[in-house]
Amino acid sequence: MAALLPTASGTPAAATEIPVEPPAGMRRRRWIPYALLAPGLLWLAVFFVYPVFQLVMASLWDPSGSVETGYTFAWAFSNYADAWEMFHVQFLRSLWYALITTVVCVALGYPLAYAIAIKGGRWKNLMLVGVIAPFFTSYLVRTYSWKAILSDSGPVVDFLKWAHLLAPDGRLLATEFAVIAGLVYNFLPFMVLPLYASLDKLDVRLLEAARDLYHGPVRSFFRVTLPLSMPGLIAGTLLTFIPAAGDYVNAQLLGGPNTQMIGSVIQSRFLVVNDYPIASALSVMLMVTILVLVTVYVSTAGTEEVV
Amino acid sequence: MHGFWRWLAEKWVLLLGFVLLAYLFVPIAVVMLLSFNQPASRNTTYVLDFATFQFTWNNWTDMCGAAGICDSLMRSIYVGLSATVIATILGTLISFALVRYRFIGRGSTNTLIFLPMATPEIVMGTSLLTLFIGLQIPMGFLTILIAHVMFCISFVVVTVKARLAGLDPRLQEAAMDLYATPWQAFRLVILPLVLPGIVAAALLAFSLSFDDFIITNFVTGTSDYTTFPMFIWGSNLRGIPPQVNAIATAMFLISFAFVIAGQLRTRRRSARRAATS
Repeated sequence: MAALLPTASGTPAAATEIPVEPPAGMRRRRWIPYALLAPGLLWLAVFFVYPVFQLVMASLWDPSGSVETGYTFAWAFSNYADAWEMFHVQFLRSLWYALITTVVCVALGYPLAYAIAIKGGRWKNLMLVGVIAPFFTSYLVRTYSWKAILSDSGPVVDFLKWAHLLAPDGRLLATEFAVIAGLVYNFLPFMVLPLYASLDKLDVRLLEAARDLYHGPVRSFFRVTLPLSMPGLIAGTLLTFIPAAGDYVNAQLLGGPNTQMIGSVIQSRFLVVNDYPIASALSVMLMVTILVLVTVYVSTAGTEEVV
Repeated sequence: MHGFWRWLAEKWVLLLGFVLLAYLFVPIAVVMLLSFNQPASRNTTYVLDFATFQFTWNNWTDMCGAAGICDSLMRSIYVGLSATVIATILGTLISFALVRYRFIGRGSTNTLIFLPMATPEIVMGTSLLTLFIGLQIPMGFLTILIAHVMFCISFVVVTVKARLAGLDPRLQEAAMDLYATPWQAFRLVILPLVLPGIVAAALLAFSLSFDDFIITNFVTGTSDYTTFPMFIWGSNLRGIPPQVNAIATAMFLISFAFVIAGQLRTRRRSARRAATS
């Protein structure tokens, strides 16, 4: 089989010869997979792995340096203590917001994915287009649009005030509610799509079998549907939690000073204050925390089938 | 009345699904609406207030009216296309290697592909920034392209891999049995079957690149290579020109038309196949 594929440069591998004995050809061309991998993996090594290493190094730079004078590497672990001291509120808040966002996305995304995959019928494809439709406009424009919807003179605030659910001087913008609502909206499709993929593979005859065995709808959901959709649920929660924890667009556009997330802090430390060591330390903390959480979560939930 | 309740019991999940889809559509509808509004000033572009709503065609007839807006759009398209071509080629090669070969290091390759998707964008943005600063690479088109290709590769691999894995490896052997050369077998049998996966991956890569803001914000630096999302972000202080809404609406309608056309085409093709078989 190996002999059938073109090499990385695009020229056919031994285009003229018909391999009489494919296994032998396979053995002779053991380098082919490596040639196929090389360009892409090299790109990832140079522009993903190495920069992350560089980031870890930067987090240990001597904090007394500056952009003008340059930084020196100093094993300055104190950067981490300082970063935690200054920004643990925003750090924990980000994880908390991301958690709430993920839970709400499961609550909204599961019924939606279920409706499309199991009950969709002839509407299935159209509904799927509806799920990805938000991606047809820009992320920032969508978030600004929420700003308009939740704005002080907007219809939602007007309605809530009319219904006496909001004080006359109450606002939605610059509250936790606005930030989390924005996060939920923006990451809901990432929950729905993997869930849909899992549920779509579900054999509906299993549900009929459960009914034949006197399982009610609730029991067959928890004993058949839910366990079989676990891979999709796990992928969906990861695809929601990870970007939500590092996001700063929603907090910046919809939130206020009291809803700042760690992403905003890192962003301004890097791009405005130019405090590279602390900003790098925060970035590394976020990355490590998420990696640990993901590893624990995936191994507890017991699946390797994430990608 | 009884019939209604029975119908509801049958269909409530589907109805709930449509309600949730409507929710997903709300901000898009608002953007469409705002694209016909003449705000009092740029600072009120994103205020939805029916009392001050002023209908206008100006945002549509004068789309490029705001300084720099269409330049930034062209840059986003240019970066998107370049990143898509590179990432699709690199990613497709990787997925062929992963699906069709058993080799040492396959597991760690899978991990390396998974990691960028499990890393928050802000971490990738900051780490690339420290790299470019360390190597003193000037920020601009090149750094943006490098970053976009990097985060697109993994998504291309996952998409193409899914398509390739569903392919019967014996198809190739069958072609060979019919005296196809290896190249012919690849070009005439394998490639056409994998192509939908590659096209899907390319579309995904383009939309990821075109819409990326978080990473781009870090690797643009002080350069004036402003992509469309960076243009919107940069307008935050001076106020956002209302043309942004017209462009976003146009983007939505064009993508929507493309997707619907694609769906109709596959439906017609499968109908024809059903008719002939």
